[in-house]
Amino acid sequence: MKITTKFWIGLIILIVLSPLGWIIPDHFKAGSAWGEWGAEEMQKLVGYIPKGLEKLSSLWNAPLPDYAFKGWEEKGLTHLSFAYIISAILGIAIIVIVIFVIGKILVKRRD
Amino acid sequence: MHIPDGYLGPATCGFFYVAMLPLWTAASRIVKKTLKAKQVPLLAIGAAFSFVIMMFNVPIPGGSTGHAVGGVLVAILLGPWAACIAITVALVVQALLFGDGGITAIGANCFNMAFVLPFVGYYLYNALSYHAPMDSKRRVIAAGVAGYIGINVAAFLAGVEFGLQPLLHHTLNGQALYCPYGLKVAVPAMAGEHLLVFGWVEAVVTALVVKYLQKQTPDILQERRVER
Repeated sequence: MKITTKFWIGLIILIVLSPLGWIIPDHFKAGSAWGEWGAEEMQKLVGYIPKGLEKLSSLWNAPLPDYAFKGWEEKGLTHLSFAYIISAILGIAIIVIVIFVIGKILVKRRD
Repeated sequence: MHIPDGYLGPATCGFFYVAMLPLWTAASRIVKKTLKAKQVPLLAIGAAFSFVIMMFNVPIPGGSTGHAVGGVLVAILLGPWAACIAITVALVVQALLFGDGGITAIGANCFNMAFVLPFVGYYLYNALSYHAPMDSKRRVIAAGVAGYIGINVAAFLAGVEFGLQPLLHHTLNGQALYCPYGLKVAVPAMAGEHLLVFGWVEAVVTALVVKYLQKQTPDILQERRVER
């Protein structure tokens, strides 16, 4: 088997296992990464929401915030795991397409 | 380590976008010169790997979470400039599609994770594995050390970037406008959690994959240089 085939299989395994990336932190009651708190958490932490932070934090509305579907926040483990896996597949698909386009441009120009 | 929108002021955001421009230009110039068509899939795999490994959040029980970046491994396999492109693509997709890392902070996040991390890791790996046989244990250890140091230097820098904000931007009554924590809090927090926990994840991932490749296809470790 070619090594790239093995790498793709490895990636598929990582995609399937990816929900562990939020299930385990959730189980151990770990919160956000340091410096990645939302405005409400910030209010709790320092007693106010920095003005600039409040303005900029709503600058961009990502279509799949935190690798989940909007409105699914309260759904159970299965739903969120499913959303996480779909996010991984979608993210990887877009990344692979972008890299192949970049590769096409770069390799073509050399010829 | 994905700095969100609102934590860095405009000066810092602008500075890192400006700093990244020549680096992105150099990366595409160098990769254009050296990238073989058959290496494009490997570049895509590298970017995809970095993306998905960052989804594996590791908890500090009752505390915060963090993750590996996988960038040192990509740099060992494809060279640091190709790694810079691969990780940049992963970070931009994370920011735009998943809101993981801010739009305004893409420059800073790319500087930390797509430039400093792969370059530190790559040159450290090369120095530590200098003249070591392809199948040697020293290469595995070099990969682990390079992963550990690479992610820690990046995390330290992120801590400095966070920590400078209260100095740069505050209201007259002393309230911060952006990240409210100064250097004395941000640097120990970012550096500490990566030194103690997340750095080891990067080290183990990097070392294990290099060990696996030594057995499977040692030639992939040899023909790694996309740069030059």
